[in-house]
Amino acid sequence: MIVSSMSALIARDLRLAVRHGGESLMPLIFLFSVIILIPLGVGPGPNLLSAIAPGMIWVAALLSSLLALENLFRPDLDDGTLEQWWIGQCPAGALVVARLFSHWLITAVPVIVFAPLAAQMLYLPAEALPVLVLSLLIGTPVLSLVGGLAAALTLGTNRGSVLLSILVFPLIVPVLIFATGAVSAAADGMSASAHLGLLASLLILAITLVPLATSAALRLNIE
Amino acid sequence: MSRMLETHQASFARNGEAVFAPVDLALDSGQALIVLGPNGCGKTTLLRMLAGILRPWQGQVVRHCQPAFLGHLPAFKGDLSCRENLAFQRRFHGGAGLEENRALARVGLAGLGLRPARTLSAGQKRRLGLAGLLIAPRPLWLLDEPYASLDDSGCELVDRLLSEHLTAGGAVALSAHQRKPVIEVEMIRVELAVTGEAA
Repeated sequence: MIVSSMSALIARDLRLAVRHGGESLMPLIFLFSVIILIPLGVGPGPNLLSAIAPGMIWVAALLSSLLALENLFRPDLDDGTLEQWWIGQCPAGALVVARLFSHWLITAVPVIVFAPLAAQMLYLPAEALPVLVLSLLIGTPVLSLVGGLAAALTLGTNRGSVLLSILVFPLIVPVLIFATGAVSAAADGMSASAHLGLLASLLILAITLVPLATSAALRLNIE
Repeated sequence: MSRMLETHQASFARNGEAVFAPVDLALDSGQALIVLGPNGCGKTTLLRMLAGILRPWQGQVVRHCQPAFLGHLPAFKGDLSCRENLAFQRRFHGGAGLEENRALARVGLAGLGLRPARTLSAGQKRRLGLAGLLIAPRPLWLLDEPYASLDDSGCELVDRLLSEHLTAGGAVALSAHQRKPVIEVEMIRVELAVTGEAA
């Protein structure tokens, strides 16, 4: 019952994303505009580019995650589908997890898939590529989770996007630091396991607390 | 006769002020309940509280079964077709009701299965909402102004669906202010009065 409600929600979110075509291409447009434009600004030297490559790819992932947050719950609030979350047998916290999972699939997975290619374009050493992908796999769900909580909290405000960014940025700074730290360490030939371990602990913390807090925040907005 | 829903001195408050006086009601299978009162007296709020969307401020609401709630908002995605919306409802609420096309035919939307829901008129959207009740059957229906924006045949359709649902052992709580249901079952009346500042 819970699984079928969650999978129904994920399937519908993906279907809507495909139908809105343009929006679902935004993450890739971000990634490649950052990758292509920044070298034009800072110069094409391989040393400089390989040093800033982890940060650039991560900033692209972060922006694509953040820009989709404004519409994470708002359309559902406006068309009345959100209040149905409290009527079925499936707990709202589980539906929050489903919604955040589809947000992650739409905004993060394209970036993760194309990150190795982008990293190659920026001369990132090949031995750092697995760590880059791993750091994105562990870190981007944290972005979706933290962003989801902020989106739920700012749902009641009319123009929530400014407040939303202010809420999200301080909370995801640790993710950015540990993730880019891991990739830089790997590029320098050192072990990245400490950084990745800290990143994983952030993910566990977020996955434990966020669904409960988010469903409580959504409920406040519905009432 | 089994108990479907009961409230004990349940009330709801906004900004610390009660929206309506505490309500005591009980609804058994086969029974219908109508919430009456002027605009702004809290009919929608009461129904949302009965559905479990709102939590009572004082007292308690006890549901003995899963409700279906049909409110003012369509609860459909405009970019999906009518059939896709209904198929979602079936999977989301877990129902074994009518097949999508038959449900659409039943509410007078035959042949519109592939139309995006946003292109429907207001009355057709209400009919699509009714089709949702047939797709994912629930013993307890909570309908907020089910007659709103429906034409005469639509209102008769609501009456027929209500009668069938009650005969099959379901229960209904609804609000209405112009047209009242024309059904054989005697309805329990809950009158709400405007409280607080608006009074």
